[in-house]
Amino acid sequence: MFLLASFVCGFVFGLGLLISGMVQPAKVLAFLDIFGAWDPSLAIVMGVALIVTYFGYAIARGRGAPLLATRSQWPTTTDIDGRLILGSVLFGLGWGLVGLCPGPAIEALVSLSPAVIVFVAAMAVGMIGHGLWERRLAAPAQKALTADG
Amino acid sequence: MVEFTPLSAAVGGALIGLASVLLMLLLGRVAGISGIFAGLLVSGGEERRWRGTFIAGLLAAPLAAAAAGYPMAMPQMPSSLVLVAAGGLLVGFGTRMAAGCTSGHGVCGMARLSPRSIVATLVFMATAIAVVAVTRHIL
Repeated sequence: MFLLASFVCGFVFGLGLLISGMVQPAKVLAFLDIFGAWDPSLAIVMGVALIVTYFGYAIARGRGAPLLATRSQWPTTTDIDGRLILGSVLFGLGWGLVGLCPGPAIEALVSLSPAVIVFVAAMAVGMIGHGLWERRLAAPAQKALTADG
Repeated sequence: MVEFTPLSAAVGGALIGLASVLLMLLLGRVAGISGIFAGLLVSGGEERRWRGTFIAGLLAAPLAAAAAGYPMAMPQMPSSLVLVAAGGLLVGFGTRMAAGCTSGHGVCGMARLSPRSIVATLVFMATAIAVVAVTRHIL
């Protein structure tokens, strides 16, 4: 049930990206092109998605535990730090260059476009690379801790 | 391609919101695609299974639409594969560093009125707008 529910959520999310036009990089770039022939459609996508999620989350919070799991895993991080800012800048650079963010990029794999496959492969490398980089940053600190202890 | 499509935008946006709400109501998880995908790539364990079926659902949507007679339009990508690869690397590294993308920060985080997500969304939106302004109108 848990896995089926997750599949359905992914499916509905995918339909939303498809119908809204977010899977088409040209449409996304037209939204980002506010100094050109601006297409505001994606502002509506985001606005409506936000309104639905805002009220739906209020219901979820009011219910307490989710239906198929023991507890709700609401994000707990609140830091507004250099990582958040620099990470968002890097993401914005890539998004603006190509017009694909992670969800639409994965979904667009279905087109079997070689360029989309290259994009998602590079995105996976970037994610794995970030994990390795974090581990490298964390390692000396841990060594220091054990040395002190 | 550059045309204002408010109706399909509203319907699509409502479905994105609905999926995010259902994932929280049913599984108690936030619908952040970069986190779900990265979790599938780098971390193992139980969490891997629901992430896998979520991504499978995401891929099944355009297949089902095509079977129903609405095939996905071919994505228009830059002709330079070097540029495409650079974009993918930036999106992958950046979304992990910021711990979220358009879905996790832009929809789920902003809907929680999280200041962290609002800042992240403003930063990646402004950066992407600046990149498009430079590549289309200055270069």
